[in-house]
Amino acid sequence: MELNDLYRDVILDHNRQPRNFGALEPADASVEGYNPLCGDRLTLRVKFSGDRIADIKFEGQGCAISTASASLMTEAVKGKTRAEALLLFDRVHSLLTDDAAPSDHLGKLAALSGVREYPARVKCASLCWHTLASALKAEAPASLPAVSTE
Amino acid sequence: MNNMALADKPSAFDATFDVEALRRQFPVLARHVHGKPLAYLDNGASAQRPTAVIQAVDDYERHHHANIHRGVHTLSQEATALYEAARDKLVRFINARSRAEIIFVRGTTEAINLVAQSYGRPSLKPGDEILITHLEHHANIVPWQLLCEQTGARLVIAPMNLRGEVHAEAVESLMGPRTRIFACAHVSNALGTVLPVRRLIAAAKARGIVTLIDGAQAVPHMPVDVRELDCDFYAFSGHKMFAPTGIGVLYGREAMLERMPPWQGGGDMILAVSFAGTTYNNLPYKFEAGTPNISGAIGLGAAVEFLAGMDRDAAQAHEGALLRHATATLSDNPKLRIVGTAEDKASLVSFVVAGVHPHDLGTILDADGIAVRTGHHCAMPVMDFFKLPATARASFAFYNTLEEIDRLAASIERAQKIFT
Repeated sequence: MELNDLYRDVILDHNRQPRNFGALEPADASVEGYNPLCGDRLTLRVKFSGDRIADIKFEGQGCAISTASASLMTEAVKGKTRAEALLLFDRVHSLLTDDAAPSDHLGKLAALSGVREYPARVKCASLCWHTLASALKAEAPASLPAVSTE
Repeated sequence: MNNMALADKPSAFDATFDVEALRRQFPVLARHVHGKPLAYLDNGASAQRPTAVIQAVDDYERHHHANIHRGVHTLSQEATALYEAARDKLVRFINARSRAEIIFVRGTTEAINLVAQSYGRPSLKPGDEILITHLEHHANIVPWQLLCEQTGARLVIAPMNLRGEVHAEAVESLMGPRTRIFACAHVSNALGTVLPVRRLIAAAKARGIVTLIDGAQAVPHMPVDVRELDCDFYAFSGHKMFAPTGIGVLYGREAMLERMPPWQGGGDMILAVSFAGTTYNNLPYKFEAGTPNISGAIGLGAAVEFLAGMDRDAAQAHEGALLRHATATLSDNPKLRIVGTAEDKASLVSFVVAGVHPHDLGTILDADGIAVRTGHHCAMPVMDFFKLPATARASFAFYNTLEEIDRLAASIERAQKIFT
């Protein structure tokens, strides 16, 4: 178990300078994610253009893994359709939990694969993705309940 | 046992307290984590077990297990004798008046729930007040909130200051004509603050207020005498005082317990059952429905014996030295802030490091073999008070060493390097 496999340069960079961080007004969907184990909280806001994610931003506080994962996610899903983004959610979920999961074509998101060696940290990386899935699957995004990893 | 890595470093500051000899009695302290000697600094969450406790449980499981208070056969009688002998040890350990005052429960949480439901629920009326403090563990908040919902009583919170101290005057000023119950921690799990419980209990008693002390974090660090404290209830957990999980104690003043109805119904808490009605058993059995955690109680008895056999003054002095060393060493780090700086503290240090989230810090310390707790410590109102989502907490026991604290400080610096 090597620490620099978890805290790769991409992760450290996105933690230091999170992309798409801040408010998004007006948003079509706004969902809160909360990890009660470590107190991580994030608010994810999405603006759609038809079926596509036209813009996406997040705010909140969390550990390096949670912040970097949210930052990488917003970069990766911007411009994607709901179905494409949900497919990516499934692939990242596998990447975080399944040792045999392939990381090809995931680009920078592949940097999250180090997290699976740290079971206690998987929820940090997956919080934003669960929050996104909730925003994408909802019929009436305005009235979404908060997502919790517990 | 492989503890060579630690065996050659005698304690430098107290010749009468042989910490290395003590460590050898805790087998897990000899293990390595990620190739490094374990530095177990998470005793506030759960402490480790000495061989004496492990062997007592093992001996019971191998040779004496049967259900208690039931059979006429030999094993049942032996199991009963061991279980009740453990209760006797606890009577002496906290200086209770009699065995009737020692109720075995799952832990502090169950003890507080028992008091809330058995004492509080029948006796509280709408508008009555339950007084607690701002630094309580969730286990000393939520049972009272449930009780308020059930009875229409009101929860009143005594303030703490920026050092994490609770001043007796502030609490006393909130003890009013409607205050029925006062409940507080003896020692804060999140901050280490030792509360002025003796004075607070006296103040409550003078006003006819029932008192409960959450002693989960106090019992491992200091001798507790419930008669001297003069509280009505005192709750603590086995696993934080070197005994197994799933066993703890509710001490209750006999006169209080006597007038309280049973909390749970079942076997062992009855004298006679018919469909017309049931006669409850005597204390303490009235509150011990069902087959209890027999092996846990025996393990707890062994832990009590272990503590009684120690020089606890020397252990306390050693813990004081650990606290002073940790406070001084960690304070040398300009980016580190200690959260909870009460004048009277037990041996734990909660802290945050600028630029390193506590959760990341916990992972990096673990890679160096150092176990600390990170998170909200089941005390979210404390975190809110300090406007923090979480802290890291190093909590010490008498078997910790100054070297382990030096390793902690070095590993924190390593984490800071990763994040700069």
